[in-house]
Amino acid sequence: MISDEVGYNGKVEGDVIVTKADAVINWIRKHSVWPMPMGLACCAIELMASAASRYDISRFGMEVMRFSPRQSDCMIVAGTVTYKMAEVVRRIYDQMGDPKWVVAMGACASTGGMYRSYAVMQGVDNIVPVDVYVSGCPPRPEALLDAMMKLQDKIGREPSVGNLRKSKSVSAC
Amino acid sequence: MIDDEFTKALLEKKGFLSRRDSLDCLTVDCPADRLVDMTLALRDEDGFDLLVDLTAIDHGEDAEVRFSVVLHFYSLVHRGYLRIHVLCSDNEKPSVPSVSDVYPAANWHERETYDMFGIEFTGHPDLRRILMWDEYPYFPLRKDFPLAGIDTPLPAADVVEVTKASVEPAPMMGGPFVSSGDNVMSESEPRARDESWTEESEKPS
Amino acid sequence: MSKTVTREISIGDVGTRGSEASEKADSDRMALNVGPSHPTTHGVLRLIMELNGDVIEKCEPVIGYLHRGDEKIAENMTYNQFVPYTDRLDYLAPLANNVAYALTVEKLAGVEVPERCQAIRVLVCELARISSHLLGMGVFGMDAGAWTPFMYTFTEREKLYTLFEELTGARFTTSYTRIGGVARDIPDGWLDRVKTFCENLPKATDEVEKLLTRNRIFLDRTEGIGEISKEDALAYGLTGPNLRASGVDLDLRKDKPYSGYEKYDFDVPIGTRGDCYDRYLIRIEEVRQSLRIIDQVISDFPSGLWYAEDARKIFAPPKEKIMTSMEELIQNFMIVTEGPQVPPGEVYFEAENPKGALGFYLVSKGGGVPYRLKIRAPSFCNLSILEKFVPGHMLADITVILGSLDFVMGECDR
Repeated sequence: MISDEVGYNGKVEGDVIVTKADAVINWIRKHSVWPMPMGLACCAIELMASAASRYDISRFGMEVMRFSPRQSDCMIVAGTVTYKMAEVVRRIYDQMGDPKWVVAMGACASTGGMYRSYAVMQGVDNIVPVDVYVSGCPPRPEALLDAMMKLQDKIGREPSVGNLRKSKSVSAC
Repeated sequence: MIDDEFTKALLEKKGFLSRRDSLDCLTVDCPADRLVDMTLALRDEDGFDLLVDLTAIDHGEDAEVRFSVVLHFYSLVHRGYLRIHVLCSDNEKPSVPSVSDVYPAANWHERETYDMFGIEFTGHPDLRRILMWDEYPYFPLRKDFPLAGIDTPLPAADVVEVTKASVEPAPMMGGPFVSSGDNVMSESEPRARDESWTEESEKPS
Repeated sequence: MSKTVTREISIGDVGTRGSEASEKADSDRMALNVGPSHPTTHGVLRLIMELNGDVIEKCEPVIGYLHRGDEKIAENMTYNQFVPYTDRLDYLAPLANNVAYALTVEKLAGVEVPERCQAIRVLVCELARISSHLLGMGVFGMDAGAWTPFMYTFTEREKLYTLFEELTGARFTTSYTRIGGVARDIPDGWLDRVKTFCENLPKATDEVEKLLTRNRIFLDRTEGIGEISKEDALAYGLTGPNLRASGVDLDLRKDKPYSGYEKYDFDVPIGTRGDCYDRYLIRIEEVRQSLRIIDQVISDFPSGLWYAEDARKIFAPPKEKIMTSMEELIQNFMIVTEGPQVPPGEVYFEAENPKGALGFYLVSKGGGVPYRLKIRAPSFCNLSILEKFVPGHMLADITVILGSLDFVMGECDR
C-alpha cells in the first residue's frame, strides 16, 4: 500500500478525486517546503547559490527562505555547528512548528567534518533529529537539491493523518 | 625605510630593548614593564600607527619562560613591520600590561589571547573570553590541552536536559595522521598512534 | 514640572542583560539581541544592543559562534595538510587565502617560485577578489532591500565557479596552492575562457551599478551612514577596502608587493568620507582594477614550471618522475608523510585579501609541522570597531553598516 498515491477515478466520480487523506496532505506539504536556512559557514554560500538563478530551488517551491522559525518547515543546517552555537540551533529548532524536518548539509553538520577539535560539535544530530544528511564539503547545489528531493520522498511516506490524530488526542486530555 | 640606521637609532633611544635574530623584519625583545611606554613612543614618535597583530606563544611546560606575547606593528611611513616579543615572568599566572589604551585594536586581540592562553592583561577594560563561551574552564591553545578537547557540560542547561548533549572530546582514533618526525622511518610513519579503538568500538580502559 | 532622568544601564554579563533592562521600569532603554541566526548578520554574529527608541546607544558584538580551533589544528597538521583549512577562513575568496598561506611558509623556507607560478597566483587572487566583491555587493544590495543585484552578481559568480572548477576541481574551497608551487598547471584554453569572462564582466558590473549607484533610495540609506574617521580606522586596525574608504592609502599589493605584483599597473581607489557609500564604491572600482590586472597577466603569461624545482624537501616532484625514479619516490614519500621540512624560525606575512590584510604568523621549530600558527584575520579587526561607531545610528542602519563592512565570520572566528 503506497500512501502517497493520488488515485483519480474520473469515470465514476466525475470531477471529484477520491484518494487517501495522507496522499493529499503529503503531496501539498512536500511541494511547498519552506526552508529555514541555518547558514553558519561555507555551506551557506552553496545554499545561496542553490537559491540563485542557476540551480533554482524555486522549481521545488522552496525559494521561500524564511528566517523566522515559526514560519518554516525544514531547517537546513549548513555549516559547522560549534558548541557555542549548539544551544542556538536547538532553541530555533524548538520554535519551529510541527511537522518539521532537518537537513544536515555538508560534512561539518553531519559529523563534524574535518574539524576534529575541542570547539566543534561532531554532528548536529547530537542536538536535533536529522532527516537527511548531505555529504560534501561543500555539497554542490545539485547535491542539496537531490537531498531536498529525498526529503520530499520522505515527506510523501509520512502517516500524516495518524500524526494529526495523535497530537489531537494529546491536546484533548 | 626600516634599515640599519633606523634600527641603530631605535636601539640607542630605547636602551631597554634588545635585538633578536630574525628572517623577515626587525624583531626586538621588550621587558613587560616598559611595554606601554614603548608602544606610546612607537605611535607618537616613530610612526608605527597600525597594530597589526597581538598574540602569544606557549613554549611548553618545561621551558624556562613558558609564555611570550608577540606584537606586530606596521608603519605607513617606513613601509615596514616591527615585531616585539614580551616574555611573561610568571609561568603559572602569566600577565602583561595591556596596550589597549594606546592602540584600541589591541582590545579584541588581548581578549583572544586571554581566551586561548590565559594570559592576564593588566589594565584591560573588559577582559573576558571572546571565542569560547564565558564559562569555559580551559585555555585551548596551551600545549597541555589536547586537540580533541576535554569533557565539559554544555553552557545551556535547558538544552542539555532535553538532548543530553555535552561537550565531548572529538573522536580522534589515534589521529591526526601526522608523522612524529625524528624516529626511524618505520616508526615515524603516520599511523594511528592508538589503534585499539575506533568509532564503533569503545576505547579499552 | 517634568524632569528628565537619564539612567545608564551597563551591559555587563550575558545572562543579566535583558533582565536588567526590563527591571528598570522608568527607563526608555531597551536591550535588543540581534541574535546569531539573523539574515543580516552575514554569518553567525551576535549584536547585543541597547536602544533608546530607535537610536542605538550601545552596541556590543559577540563573536566566537564559528570558532573551530583552526590554530590548534595547525599545530597537528603538516603544512600541506593545513591548506584545506585555509580555504574555509574567508570562504568567499578561498584561493586568495591559499596563496597567502603558501607565501608565508615559502618565506620561512626560503623557497622562490618561478614566474609562471607567480603569475598563476596573481591571476587566481584577482579572480578571487572579483568573486568576493561581487558577492559583497550583491548581499549589500539585498541588505538595503534590493534583490535583483544579488541575482545578477550570483550569475556572474557561477561563471567564475565554472572557471575555478576547471582549474582546481572544486567550485570554491579549492585548496589549490602547495608549499613551493601550485597543485597543477593551468589546463589548455583556460586562459582564453578567463579572457572571455573578463570581457563580459564589465556589462554585469555596469548593470549592478545602474541599479544601485545613483539610486535615490540606496543613496539615502548609505550616504553619511557609518562614517569611520581616518584616525579611528588606523587605531582599530582596519585594513583593506574599509581602511581605504576612510582615506588611508594602504594597499599591500603596492606597498609591499608580493608574488610579482610590482610588474602590473593598476590604481588603488581611496575614499574620502569613510561612509557606507564610499565602501561600496571602492569595491566596485576594485573589481574594475582587478580586471585590468588580469588583462595584463594574461597578455604576458610566462612559460615554465608551476612549481619550484629546487625545493628538494618541500615540493613533491611530478608524478612521472615519482613512478620511474627511486630518489623522487623517496622524496615524495618523505614530503607526504613527514611534511615539507621547514627550517626553524619565525615569519610574519600579510597578503592583500579582498576583505583586508590576511596575515599568518608562523613559528617553526623545524620539521614538517608548525609549532604555532597565528592567523591574523582582517574581519576580526574590522568588527572590533563596531562598538565605537555604531552608537548614534538608527536601528535600521545596522543592516547597511554590517553589509558595507563586508566581513566573514569564518575568518573572524577561525
